[in-house]
Amino acid sequence: MFDELRDLYQEVIFDHNRNPRNFRVIEGADRQVDGFNPLCGDRLTLYLKMDGNVIKDASFQGSGCAISTASVSLMTEIIKGMTAQEAEDLFKKFHEMTTGKEEYLQLEALGKLAVLAGVREYPARVKCATLAWHTLDAALKDQHTPVSTE
Amino acid sequence: MSIMIKQHADSRPNTTMTTFPIEKIRADFPILSEKIRGKDLVYLDNAASCQKPNAVIDAISDLYRHDYANIHRGVHTLSVRATDKFESARTKVKDFINATSEKEIIFVRGATEAINLVAQSYGRANIKAGDEILITAMEHHSNIVPWQLLYEQSGAVLKVAPINLKGELIYDEFAALLSDRTRLVAVAHMSNALGTINPVERIIAAAHARNIPVLLDGAQAIPHMKVDVRALDCDFYAFSGHKLYGPSGVGVLYGKQALLEAMPPYQGGGDMIRRVTFEKSEYNSLPYKFEAGTPSIADVVGLGAAIDYLNAIGMDAIAAYEGELLDYATEQAGKIKGLRIIGEAERKGAILSFVLDHIHPHDIGTMLDSLGIAIRAGHHCAMPVMDFYGVPATARASFAMYNTRAEIDVLMRGIESLIKVFG
Repeated sequence: MFDELRDLYQEVIFDHNRNPRNFRVIEGADRQVDGFNPLCGDRLTLYLKMDGNVIKDASFQGSGCAISTASVSLMTEIIKGMTAQEAEDLFKKFHEMTTGKEEYLQLEALGKLAVLAGVREYPARVKCATLAWHTLDAALKDQHTPVSTE
Repeated sequence: MSIMIKQHADSRPNTTMTTFPIEKIRADFPILSEKIRGKDLVYLDNAASCQKPNAVIDAISDLYRHDYANIHRGVHTLSVRATDKFESARTKVKDFINATSEKEIIFVRGATEAINLVAQSYGRANIKAGDEILITAMEHHSNIVPWQLLYEQSGAVLKVAPINLKGELIYDEFAALLSDRTRLVAVAHMSNALGTINPVERIIAAAHARNIPVLLDGAQAIPHMKVDVRALDCDFYAFSGHKLYGPSGVGVLYGKQALLEAMPPYQGGGDMIRRVTFEKSEYNSLPYKFEAGTPSIADVVGLGAAIDYLNAIGMDAIAAYEGELLDYATEQAGKIKGLRIIGEAERKGAILSFVLDHIHPHDIGTMLDSLGIAIRAGHHCAMPVMDFYGVPATARASFAMYNTRAEIDVLMRGIESLIKVFG
């Protein structure tokens, strides 16, 4: 019945929505930033444990739609072990993928995150996918003010 | 004898359905035959904005093709024609809500501007620091924020009457909040997020017993029921054209003439003055005192056409038909496991707000859209209502006179399918 939505709602997204990874609080986190999408009410808190410049642990709490939950869940998995710079580079690639400005996309470079490429066809849903990453960006820059998509 | 009675009882629910000219009405709305993602459009976002019949679309294009010029100031033929059409729309609005005079009908951009007009004109002149404005917990942001702006400007305090879990105003608590400092009561006639129809008759009687004027936000109520401002005895009534099958960009503020006469202008400019010198300006009479600048002429004419169209069908017939649609939708929704209706007031308009276990309203909205079904997912500009129910958002199907039971079936099948997909 929802065949044409398969690009948007891939099985990986349902999986992460049902069982979000790293859905917990990091006690004594080095970074903690809130992200908020006022349009749909998605809220998340991102926690990072840093080891110098390396993201040692990442987790989140909050509630949102399947796209935003899967996005933040996947993100916390993939950024663990990365340097801040590597994570920022990945954010740029992710942003390009979801906003579709680049004609040619290196989806391989995005690994698992490529499952979120489908949001490009749904402008109303792009912010659901990028909320986590804007929140990460603020956390890596050590900002403390809540991030809003609007 | 018993057979006849049985037949009568069985056929009754269908009688109203079949006598209501649904097929003809649907044919009058060209957008209803659009395909969305290859599917028949099922438009259930009417509380946000209604679709437009040919009568409205044609009235607007006819004006631009044959009769358009600026109004009120020209001596030339087109200006006279445009002015006649514009002012006859005002008379149609006056009759539609049973106002006493055209002087009581102020054209604005929408219900939002109408409420802002009252806040800035009536409010700034009459509501001082420490005075109170009483609203309800189910208001749209447009009946909250204008009063907060007034608080910032003059120190007027906003009081909020609570609602119960069914989404009904707790009347006794409302009445207890009326005080010697209350200067205005401003409540939704019908809630956009819950569908609740407020007991406005009681509200107005209680406020008037203390000489407190009442503003009704009629944006949601007006397309669903007969509104008679004189029978209600409300002091202000605000509504938007686009929710009444008319164009966006036009709305109406009704105000009792004596109140409007005493109020200072809202905006300054052309048309609202009688004489201007650099020392002082003399303001125009009602309703022009509140209509500075060139209005949305064609949209006002379009709103007049929408009212003609609705009068031909009859608001009572529309209310009865939509009541049956809502009953059917509520009954069908009740059969879906994991679906919770938000807003179960005894008196309700044709709005079905709901949430599904473990499925975010935005996912519901995207999934239904792929089936051609347009609903709204979000906070519906009523964030305090979402907070009250402890949900970030709801999905909302809102019905209009052109919707059908078959469309409700499509919606329910869509909801059942997406529940399966999400597992």
